[in-house]
Amino acid sequence: MKRRELLATSAAALGLAATAGSRALAQSPLKVGFIYIGPPGDFGWTYAHDQGRLAAQEHFGSAVETFYVDNVPEGPDAERIMTQMALSGADMIFATSFGYGPSLNAAAQRFPQIAFEHAAGYLQEAPNVSLYNARFYEGRAVIGTIAGRMTQSNVIGYIASFPIPEVVMGINAAYIHAKKVNPDVDFRVVWVYSWFDPAQEAAAAEALIEQGADIIMQHTDSTAPLSVCQQRGALAFGQASDMTQFAPDVHLTAILDNWGPYYIERIQQKLDGAWAAENVWLGIPEGEVAFAPFNERIPAEVQAEANAMIEAIRTRSYHPFTGPLNKQDGSAWLAEGEVADDGTLLGMNFYVEGLTGEIPS
Amino acid sequence: MDFGSINPVVLIATLMVAATPILLAAIGELVVEKAGVLNLGVEGMMIVGAVSGFAASVTTGSPYLGMLAAIVAGALVALIFAVLTQILMANQVASGLALTLFGLGFSALLGQSYVGIVPPRTEKLNFGFLSDLPVVGRILFGHDILVYVSLAVVAGTWWWLNNTRGGRVLRAVGENHDSAHALGYKVKRVRILAILFGGGCAGLGGAYLSLVRVPQWTEGMTAGAGWIALALVVFASWRPWRVLLGAYLFGGIMVLQLNLQAAGFRIPVEYLAMSPYLITILVLVVMSSNRARTSLSAPGSLGRSFHAAG
Repeated sequence: MKRRELLATSAAALGLAATAGSRALAQSPLKVGFIYIGPPGDFGWTYAHDQGRLAAQEHFGSAVETFYVDNVPEGPDAERIMTQMALSGADMIFATSFGYGPSLNAAAQRFPQIAFEHAAGYLQEAPNVSLYNARFYEGRAVIGTIAGRMTQSNVIGYIASFPIPEVVMGINAAYIHAKKVNPDVDFRVVWVYSWFDPAQEAAAAEALIEQGADIIMQHTDSTAPLSVCQQRGALAFGQASDMTQFAPDVHLTAILDNWGPYYIERIQQKLDGAWAAENVWLGIPEGEVAFAPFNERIPAEVQAEANAMIEAIRTRSYHPFTGPLNKQDGSAWLAEGEVADDGTLLGMNFYVEGLTGEIPS
Repeated sequence: MDFGSINPVVLIATLMVAATPILLAAIGELVVEKAGVLNLGVEGMMIVGAVSGFAASVTTGSPYLGMLAAIVAGALVALIFAVLTQILMANQVASGLALTLFGLGFSALLGQSYVGIVPPRTEKLNFGFLSDLPVVGRILFGHDILVYVSLAVVAGTWWWLNNTRGGRVLRAVGENHDSAHALGYKVKRVRILAILFGGGCAGLGGAYLSLVRVPQWTEGMTAGAGWIALALVVFASWRPWRVLLGAYLFGGIMVLQLNLQAAGFRIPVEYLAMSPYLITILVLVVMSSNRARTSLSAPGSLGRSFHAAG
């Protein structure tokens, strides 16, 4: 049982609007609902989305009213929440987890006047469904490089959530770039089958350290692995937001999700009546993927190398998935100089050559 | 990639730690259910215990005061349930669910200023040379105090339920509250005390998560542990030692599958990850038939409100 909490950020504004009803009926604020998979206090994925929501709220002031429902499970429950939001007058709904796809499309067909925005999804079955995502693999390529340079044991632990393309893509990107700078590197992947389960994530980090990993990467949302790493002295990377405070000694950097600019742009379009369904995938060049300050433990030359890669990705002169690359079974994937197309990346269900283990089906 | 890379001693030691929160919560709930009350608010009591214990230990600098605070906080939340169900005669299932929702929200509110803080470290107990013994040193003498407390609570509960007058009265109340009442036992008082005990245990289990296991405060950090604890009680058919077995089994499966993965084994992770829940569902399905219920020795008055009719 998860908590469900409907939180109107500006109940006071509502009250004001009611008393000043004569002033402007037409000026009632645009209502924008957000659906979160976890709690905004996770300091990870949901926290980053909530920071984006708050940025948008601050930007628009009383012209927009944002609210959210957190801890919404992926599945039929999500559609119920969306319906509830729609019936309570939402003009726009941002659903921020991969698994909301079917529910969101079903709801969108029933409420064609509402703008639906789905993060990290792929289903677009109605004209009012827009997709947006960030190219986190660009960030993973950079931290993969840092990890490859800094590991002493040559074993890197990777805490993965669910075997979906987004996660597989991240593992591949990190591995390719760790391997490039350190041919002896070995990745150990642990699937925890949850986006947010601090105890499980902590146990996974311990198991990986027990197996010799001296650097832990995570694609789950809690800060628990960092606490374990801080205690055990393993190096780690934050997820989605700067998690330095949880592991000041071992937090090397974090891939930051910066959703604010996108939310502001899309809400503005809706206000202007110019909103249209899109399918966008932004990354380092647009500032949607960024980095927390580098820990001083990272040697200067490694920092320089990482910064050079960030710059190359920013200017689009380098794509993290550039051939020659083979699939895990040895078959050719990308030829020399060939760059992976977005379709392949978004459906990625294979490891690249060199990774051991299997992707659970 | 050889099996030798997993150290069974470390594995057992880790599973004991992993199982402690659910063990504590489950043994508390067992006493509550033995008294004939079904409290579905375990998750809520756990998380309030987690945040209170965390806050108290950060404020005082002592993890032990934190644990004490967690027991009190868990019991206080349970008191709400006790008042609702025992005095106001509210439905136990609904009240329990409400307690979980309340606990999750309330703890998030309490914990706002404690996010991102590192709690004082809970030291492992020092058994001198015993802790350095091979194998048994790490398994038996290498833990923090709560692991031993949880074992003591299981042993104590078993002994108390079976060998003391108080334990028998509690079971009588749970088996048939009308008869117990007719014999002159204070049904409500016994039940309220049992509920408070359950709350204290759940609170302590939650504090183990936030102080030792993770250790930090994060909203929603119990992530379903309370529900597993509830299922454990049924799984153990209301016997204390089986609760211990079940908790270590569930904890063991979790730790084992993570370690197997980390060691590079090809295992059907998805099935192992869902196994505790599958077992739970199975047990509950079996439970739903009346005959199975009796054979599993469920307390006779479990979940029924008691109204003293003259």
